[in-house]
Amino acid sequence: MNKLMSIFRRESAVIPVVSIIIGLVLGALIMLLGGYDPLLAYDSLVTKIFGSSYDIGEALRTIVPLVMCGLAVGIAFRSGLFNIGVDGQIIMGSVGALIVGTKLSLPAPFHAIVAVIFGGILGGLWGALIGYIKAKRGINEVITSIMFNFIALYLSHYLIRNFMPQAGTQRSAMIQESASIQIGWLSELMGGARIHWGFLLTILAVIFYSIYLNKTKWGYELRAVGLNPDAAEYAGMNVSKVMVRTMFISGVFGGLVGTFEVLGVFKYIAINSVTSGLGFDGIAVALLGGNSALGVLLSGMLIGALTYGSQGMSFGAEVPGEIIRMVIGFIIFFVAAPGIVKLFFRPLFNKMEKKV
Amino acid sequence: MDIISNLINGTLVFSTALIFAALGGLISERSGVINIGLEGFMVSGAFFSAVIAYYAETAGLGKLSPWMGIIGAFVFTAIFSSIHAIATIRFKANQVVSGVVINILAASSTFFLVKLIFEGSAESPLLSTVFHKFKIPLLGDIPFLGNAFFNNYPTTYIAIAFVIIIYYVIYRTATGLRLRAVGEHPGAADTVGVKVNRMRYMAVILSGSIAALGGATIVLTSNGNFAFNTISGQGYIALAAVIFGKWNPIGAMLASLFFGLAQAVKDQLQIFDFAASIPNEFFYMLPYLLTMLVLIGAVGKARAPKALGEPYEVGKR
Repeated sequence: MNKLMSIFRRESAVIPVVSIIIGLVLGALIMLLGGYDPLLAYDSLVTKIFGSSYDIGEALRTIVPLVMCGLAVGIAFRSGLFNIGVDGQIIMGSVGALIVGTKLSLPAPFHAIVAVIFGGILGGLWGALIGYIKAKRGINEVITSIMFNFIALYLSHYLIRNFMPQAGTQRSAMIQESASIQIGWLSELMGGARIHWGFLLTILAVIFYSIYLNKTKWGYELRAVGLNPDAAEYAGMNVSKVMVRTMFISGVFGGLVGTFEVLGVFKYIAINSVTSGLGFDGIAVALLGGNSALGVLLSGMLIGALTYGSQGMSFGAEVPGEIIRMVIGFIIFFVAAPGIVKLFFRPLFNKMEKKV
Repeated sequence: MDIISNLINGTLVFSTALIFAALGGLISERSGVINIGLEGFMVSGAFFSAVIAYYAETAGLGKLSPWMGIIGAFVFTAIFSSIHAIATIRFKANQVVSGVVINILAASSTFFLVKLIFEGSAESPLLSTVFHKFKIPLLGDIPFLGNAFFNNYPTTYIAIAFVIIIYYVIYRTATGLRLRAVGEHPGAADTVGVKVNRMRYMAVILSGSIAALGGATIVLTSNGNFAFNTISGQGYIALAAVIFGKWNPIGAMLASLFFGLAQAVKDQLQIFDFAASIPNEFFYMLPYLLTMLVLIGAVGKARAPKALGEPYEVGKR
């Protein structure tokens, strides 16, 4: 218990918490300026999240991909890589799941398992390619990530339109029911909320993340490369290999997000002109959670809940839900520039230091 | 012949916004500050130009209103880009993260504001006065070349002028030398008395404003209003153009023209059977694919400013 308390007393936890508060306050101020009632808005946001068992289920469904994206960005971060290509990895994962889900015929649980594995691996390879190009050709992963997001987007459009189309619509054919990962009984229990097995896999992924990073040799290498690649190289580690391996795992996390969305939520892929943007939210989640397993889980829950709840704001208080995207933007901003938070709260921090 | 000259004209139309945004990105990156937020600054420019031009129009300014829009986009985005400047320079925030925040804030706040200003509508009203193509006298009458090069939107001529001016400033003036020094070796620049951070503030703020002109171009020439998908990824293409063009204004312009050509080809060649058989997706993918191929093929030649991404602490050598 003492250990738990000390986590919350540390500056690394204070900054995110203060950032969240400032973000919400700024959001409220903007609502006031726009002539809205912020109290009513935040009230309807919370009501939306906990309003019914259906809402709780759907909020959880929103949280799952955010936690996974946070893990994807977080693990790359820990090795010193900035993976803003999670969006592309999500697309590749979803396409992989869609191919298996529509083209293969297998008995029920196996079909889904094969689809999940295939989607995860496809996402992983897409990520590994970014790592490979960085390791072998020294090209900054940020640029490669961005380019690969768009290439994945249009590649998926091409594949869907030509091989898995739903005639007359802007979306793909439906996956076969045997590939579904929805949990039927739980979904019924929660008023039709789209709860799926990805929920369980996400919890496993969080545990895997923590163990891999902290308890394995590969995880040790990963952290060493992240702290100082030159020193790691000098100590005999193969930095290139670590980069490719890490980006593969990062990509698997991303790919699984796409797989879950296809197999558990939508059952098809819509042809959109833009990527989902979930990968960018993953940056927020990872940053807010300090790239630790527990932190990513908690921040994913917060941002997921805010995102889902924002849908209720327009109903309850007629406030456009985009305000929550702004709040999330503010939060990342303050976490990324802790100097601003400290400037505002210098008296508070001085007091804390005196106590300790 | 008509097809070729229309193709060149179309390329210029599509490239103009990219040229502005790429020039913006280049100025910031030359000073050592990464600008992933180009997309957001383009969105900001598109938004301000649409709103200001709309109000100028309703106030009865007539033909002046698009000009008000473009100036407004420049000025107001300067305020917006100072967020990126302050975060990365004063508070040493991770420059990529700050850029991502800029993109998130731009997308969400403009959408919020559009709903607020235009009573719940998801896009701004269609402007009735936008820029028209302007045929340069005499030059415009030359067969083939006239239609290709000298019958264009005023924004295109401005963009080309910017390329020349910025090239001149960067490579031929003391300010440009200082800018490059700050991006390559801030410590050395500081030693000889260059105010590193002041230089970077100027570069980043100007960067956003110039990128905003790209957003304004799209609204005031082709689209006629602002919606959430007005920019949809062009800021990222501009970022690619900066790298593709090796952080050189002429190079960035050529890269933008090239990306514009990919779009124009799609529009012009659809009358041919062979072009119709190439999937559309391939044309959309082309700029990104080519950027990757060129980067992979030409490593070492495309070298970023040395201090790119590093915040500068006074006294660091």
